Amino acid sequence: MGTIQRLGQWAIGTSERLGRGYLFLMAILAGIPSSLFRFSLVIQQIYSVGVLSVLLILISGLFVGMVLGLQGYNTLVGFGAEESLGVLVSLSLVRELGPVVSALLFAGRAGSALTAEIGLMKSTEQLSGMEMMAVDPIRRVITPRFLAGFISLPFLAAIFSAVGILGGYLVGYGLLGVDDGAFWTQMQAKTDLYNDILNGVIKSVVFGFVVTWIALFEGHDAIPTSEGVGRATTRTVVHSAFAILGLDFVLTALMFGDV
Amino acid sequence: MRQKKSTEVTVGLFVMLGLAALFFLAMKVSNLSAFSDEQGYRVTAEFENIGGLKARSPVTLAGVRIGRVERIELDPETYNANVVLNLYSSFDTLPTDTAASIYTAGLLGEQYIGLEAGAEEEFLKDGDVIELTQPALVLEQVIGQFLFSKAEGDE
Amino acid sequence: MPLIEIRDLHFYRGDRAIFNGVDLDIYRGKVTAIMGPSGTGKTTLLKLIGGQLVPDQGTIKVDGQDVHRLSHAQLYELRMRMGMLFQSGALLTDISVFDNVAFPLREHTDLPESMISDLVSMKLQAVGLRNAKGLMPAELSGGMARRVALARAVTLDPMMIMYDEPFTGQDPISMGTLVNLIKRMNQSMGLTSIVVSHDLEETMAIADDIYLLSGGKVIERGTPDTLQDSSSEWVKQFVDGLPDGPVPFHFPGMSFEDDLLNRKAAK
Repeated sequence: MGTIQRLGQWAIGTSERLGRGYLFLMAILAGIPSSLFRFSLVIQQIYSVGVLSVLLILISGLFVGMVLGLQGYNTLVGFGAEESLGVLVSLSLVRELGPVVSALLFAGRAGSALTAEIGLMKSTEQLSGMEMMAVDPIRRVITPRFLAGFISLPFLAAIFSAVGILGGYLVGYGLLGVDDGAFWTQMQAKTDLYNDILNGVIKSVVFGFVVTWIALFEGHDAIPTSEGVGRATTRTVVHSAFAILGLDFVLTALMFGDV
Repeated sequence: MRQKKSTEVTVGLFVMLGLAALFFLAMKVSNLSAFSDEQGYRVTAEFENIGGLKARSPVTLAGVRIGRVERIELDPETYNANVVLNLYSSFDTLPTDTAASIYTAGLLGEQYIGLEAGAEEEFLKDGDVIELTQPALVLEQVIGQFLFSKAEGDE
Repeated sequence: MPLIEIRDLHFYRGDRAIFNGVDLDIYRGKVTAIMGPSGTGKTTLLKLIGGQLVPDQGTIKVDGQDVHRLSHAQLYELRMRMGMLFQSGALLTDISVFDNVAFPLREHTDLPESMISDLVSMKLQAVGLRNAKGLMPAELSGGMARRVALARAVTLDPMMIMYDEPFTGQDPISMGTLVNLIKRMNQSMGLTSIVVSHDLEETMAIADDIYLLSGGKVIERGTPDTLQDSSSEWVKQFVDGLPDGPVPFHFPGMSFEDDLLNRKAAK
């Protein structure tokens, strides 16, 4: 088969998947009212997707914040501006690292788990079985997980940023001797509630939407064999990473472009 | 599928933790506390050059923050910048001959407006104008002046 | 009027015609068997009847309703009157046996837990697994899982049950139990059963009506007795379990001599 043919096939296959993904999303969204009605399902999913990710987020956030403290100090000291460490740590986390890193971790941990779970349900015909019992598997199984991911990620991102800032403070004040007051007051002066924090939250909401969608779609679309599910899990992590980083660029340009 | 009590409790804790984090970010990390000055009074000052002054830049008196820059407009007739200052209503004893200058804070500094109280007995009210202003220092002009005076000194 | 009427069914998977003009009637209260060699699309037929797949041509009517013209809501309502037993049981793996059987009741009705508990016990009693209700699906043997799935399939007292290869891979005792159950349930609950299988002996033991499918068409239809006496080559090969006949032993292609002598295949 010629390269052109292969390229064409790939393009058609990709558009087909995108189309399926889009229709899938519409089905998920259509199921939202009934999921809100049976909120206990959503709560169950928030537990497995959100609560079980907290430890990972806490530890990662702490270390990222501490590294920011160290690296930031090393750079700022050269300008005599080490008092601005608080600003550097908070803006880096709140604007970028918080939403992005927590989304990447989320995709790796919760996203792949969702894909594997759904893929397994598909290959053991549990989804089919549900359909034949007149229970719509999208409404019963997929939409609650979607809502859970969408709700959880902004919280996780906030926890990440908060813990990171504390980590930066620990390193800056505790280890490197940056002035306590300067750290916080400069940070407070320069971190804007709307431009920085709210934008960071908006980013994590968008990421939560996209990552959970990708994870659920890949699981639902997986070839129902063990190899197929394995590949779907990998695809979730890879596609999520692309989506997160790409969207981050677009959102950053939109939000912070003219600063 | 029974809902375990423990599941609900942990989800509740998770949500609380997340909200606490958001709260922490909003209160301790951002400039939320500086938001409460909506009910200030407005005063205008005209500058030849505002340098790097931006909206929301601080306005201080003797180093104490008493307000912020609300907006900066270009006056089409005088070709100068009209800066609207929003001052806290608690500081309403500024004499009408108060001077406003643009300073730079620190080395990487952002610019702010420093006020110096005058001696008049009447105070600035909402809508008043600050007459005495000093423009921001533009580095090239300072160097130019320095070179010029050096050249003169040599003659 | 038959409960299920299939007319002129055509269904393709890629280029392959799984069904190439099939007419079937399934009568109420009877056990109808659909048999044929592996790969003739018997499971596909059940999925078509249940509305999970859409035919390329032809109609399927269940209780007078054209399955593929129904709206989403109507289709789901029809499915509540159908029970389906999957080959693997398709139990929900993260909940117990009890919760699995209770699932349709909890999803579709507002019955109080006490009533649900009684109904589940009744259904499990009918399949002999009442005392297993606390177990998880992973702890069940294959045969037990299928019996639980059967209990689950009849929870809402459907009008019909479809069995997808219920006898495949079962030990003789489980097989006997299942055969017995299918027949008994059909009679006691006045059900209509469709059994898709290629296990001859068991199916012949309980079926009232048998359809033999091959190559996308119905090649024979009759009762177990008429099939035994049939003169068709297909039927004889199937019924007698002959390795070669109309369904060839060798996968079609090059002849053996040509292959050994490296000659080109005669197309």
